[in-house]
Amino acid sequence: MNLEALFSCLSSSACAVTQVSTALIIGMLLFMVASGLSLIFGVLGVINFAHGAFYMAGAYIAFFTYQATSSFLAAFLAGAAGVGLIGVIFERFVISKVYGKDILMQLLVCYAVILIFDDLVKMVAGPEYKMMGMPEVFALPPLELAGGFVPAYYVFMIGASLVIGLGLWLAIEKTRMGKIVRALAINPQMVGALGINTTLLYAAVFGIGSALAGVAGALAAPTRTLTPGMGLSILIESFIVTVIGGMGSIVGALIAALLIGFTRAFGAIGFPLFVDGMMFGMMAIVLIIKPSGLLGREVTR
Amino acid sequence: MTKTTKGISRRRVLKGAGAVAGLAVFGTPHIAGAQAKVIKIALPTILSGRVAILGTSSRSAVQLAFNQLNDAGGINGRKFEVVDRDSKGRPDEAAKVTRDLVNNDGCEIVIDGEASSGSFAVHEVVRDLGILCLHTCSETSSLTADPKQFGKNVFRCARQGIHDAVAGGSYAAKIAKEKGLKKWATCSPDYAYGRDNTAEFLQYAKVFEPSIEVVDQLWPKLFAPDYTESITKLLQVKPQAVYSALWGGDLVAFIEQSNLYRLFANTAYFSGGLGDPPILSAIKNLPVGLNTAYRYNKTFPNSPENTAFNDAYVKVAPNEPTNWAWQNYAAAQFIIEALRRTNASTDSSVLAKEIAGMTVKQPFGGSGITMRESDHTIINYPVAWGKTQSKAPWVTDYVDTEWSKILEFEKQWKKEKGYA
Repeated sequence: MNLEALFSCLSSSACAVTQVSTALIIGMLLFMVASGLSLIFGVLGVINFAHGAFYMAGAYIAFFTYQATSSFLAAFLAGAAGVGLIGVIFERFVISKVYGKDILMQLLVCYAVILIFDDLVKMVAGPEYKMMGMPEVFALPPLELAGGFVPAYYVFMIGASLVIGLGLWLAIEKTRMGKIVRALAINPQMVGALGINTTLLYAAVFGIGSALAGVAGALAAPTRTLTPGMGLSILIESFIVTVIGGMGSIVGALIAALLIGFTRAFGAIGFPLFVDGMMFGMMAIVLIIKPSGLLGREVTR
Repeated sequence: MTKTTKGISRRRVLKGAGAVAGLAVFGTPHIAGAQAKVIKIALPTILSGRVAILGTSSRSAVQLAFNQLNDAGGINGRKFEVVDRDSKGRPDEAAKVTRDLVNNDGCEIVIDGEASSGSFAVHEVVRDLGILCLHTCSETSSLTADPKQFGKNVFRCARQGIHDAVAGGSYAAKIAKEKGLKKWATCSPDYAYGRDNTAEFLQYAKVFEPSIEVVDQLWPKLFAPDYTESITKLLQVKPQAVYSALWGGDLVAFIEQSNLYRLFANTAYFSGGLGDPPILSAIKNLPVGLNTAYRYNKTFPNSPENTAFNDAYVKVAPNEPTNWAWQNYAAAQFIIEALRRTNASTDSSVLAKEIAGMTVKQPFGGSGITMRESDHTIINYPVAWGKTQSKAPWVTDYVDTEWSKILEFEKQWKKEKGYA
C-alpha cells in the first residue's frame, strides 16, 4: 500500500488527468463488452458465455478489413456489423435451442462455441499474434491537458463508446421499439399476443448485444495484440462488471465499468499488488449486500 | 577307437549350418532392418496459444536441419524423421506427449522445445526413460546449473538466465554510466520467470554501475492485453530507464501502447526479449534506439553461414527465425555431429558421451558453440545487445560481452546458490 503516492497523485493535476483518462480508457472498453452481455441477459435471460469470442471475432474482422482497405472506419463498421450478424446466426441456430434449459447446458453450448471460434481463428489467421497498428489519422502526439497526457486515439475510443452507450440507452428508454424490447423482457407472451414477432425481436436484440462486443473488439484492435483465445480475459472482467452493475442494467454496467477502470488506474499508483483483490472484493461485497447488483433486477425468464 | 575325419566333421558342419541359419533368421534381418530404419526424433513443443509462433519456429528449424541431412544422404544410409506434438504450453501435456513419442511412436532421441515450466516436466520424463534429450528453449538457469537436476543423457542447448543477466547488466551499466541513467524502473510479467529475470538483470547492472537506483517495479499480469495503467504509472514515476522482461505478443502490445504516450522519447528502454525478428516486424511503429538482447539476426554475425541459414529457413517457415529457432537448429547440429561420430548409433549413453564437451561450428557463434561437459549446457553462444532501427534488419550496433567475464560471474553465482 502506498497511500502517500495515491494522495500525491490526486493532488497533482498532471497525474490526476492522466490517471482519470486511464480509468476512462479501461472503463469504456469494458462497458462496451459488458453492456452487450447485460442487454442480452436483460431481454433474453441468457448469460452469453461466448461473448468473449464475439469480442475476438470483432477484433479479427476489423484487422482483416483494415488490411484490405486501409480504412479504420470500414474496419470499425465491419467489426460491429460482422459480429452482429454472427450474433443473429448464433441466436437462431444455437442458443435459442437451449432457452429455458439448465444454466449448465447453456454454459456447455457456449463453451463449445468458444472452442470452435478459437480453432476457426487459428485456421484463418494462424496461431501467432497479429497487430493491426495505429491508423494514420490517430498517429499524433498525445494531447496535453493540465499537464497530463491523453493519446488522441484514446480520446476517440472514449468518445465513441460514450456515444454508442448513450444511443443504446436512448433507444431502449425513449423509442417505441425500446418499449417493446422492455416489454419483451418482462412478458414475452403478452408481446407475442399483440402480434409482434418475438422470435425476430430476440434475434435482433442478440445481434445488437453481440455487435457491442464487436465494437469493443474493433476499438481494441489498433492497440492490442490479437490472438486466438483473446476474449477470455475481457469476458472475466465483463462478468465482474455485470455482477457489480446488475445483470440487465445498461446504466449499472456503465457505473461498474467505470468503477473497475478507476480501481485499476489509481490502484496502480496506490495499491499495485492488490488491484485484482480489490476488484473481486468489490464484487463479493455487492453479492453479499445486494445480490442483484447495484441497478439490477431479478431474472424474469 | 575314435573315428576322425580330415577336414570338417559332420557335427561341426551341422553346428555351423545352425549358426548361419540362426543368424539368418534372428540376426541378419535385424541388422539389415536397423540399418534401413528411419531414426525418429521427438519434438514436443508449443504449437498453439500465444507463444505458438515460437513453437512453430522450433519445428521449422529442427525439420530444416534433418531435411538438410536427409538430402545429403543421411548417415550410414539411415534417414531421419522429426515427429512433433503440441503440448499447448501445459507441463502435464508436455510430459504426456514426450512419453507417447518415445513409447508409442518409437522416437529414439528427444529435442525438448518446451518453455521452462514444460521443460522441467519433460526433464523428469527423459531422466526416467534414460533417453538422449536436448532442452532447447528453457532459459531457467537451475535446469542445468542445479546439480540435483543433472542427467547424464540430458543437455540444454539454449541461452541461460545467468549468462544473459551478466551480459545485459554489463551492457546496461555501460550505457547508464555514459548517459547518466541513474533512475530505473522495471515492468515485467508477474510470474516466476519475469521476477527472476528482472532481479538477475538488476543485480548485475548494479554490480557494474552501483549508482543505479530502482525507483519503481511494475508487475502486470502475464498475457495482460492492456498495459495502460503500467505505462501511465511510468509517466508519473519518470524513470530515466526502464527494463522489461515482457516477451512475445505482450511485448508487442506494450511497445505499441507506450508509443501512444511517446514513452520512449525521454526514457531509455532495455529488453531481453525484443530482439526476435517476428516481434520486431509485428510492431508497426518500432521506435529507434531501444536496447535489446540478441535473439536472432540475419546480419549478426554477418557471415555467409548465417546468411545461408536464414535463407534456407525462410524458405520453409512463415516467419524469420526466432531465438527458439536458432537454439533448436544448433541442438540438431550437436545431435547430427554425435550421430556422425558414432555411425548413427541410437544408444543414448554413447551419443551423450560424444555431445558432452563437444564444440560445433554453428552459423550463430564465432569459433563454435560448446556444450560444457561439467553441467551439460552451452557456452560461447551470442549474448550481444544492440539498438533498434525502424526497418530490417531491425537491430544493429551489437555490442558483445566477453565470455570470460560471464563465466567468472557465473562461477561466483553458482557458489552463492550452492550449486558449486
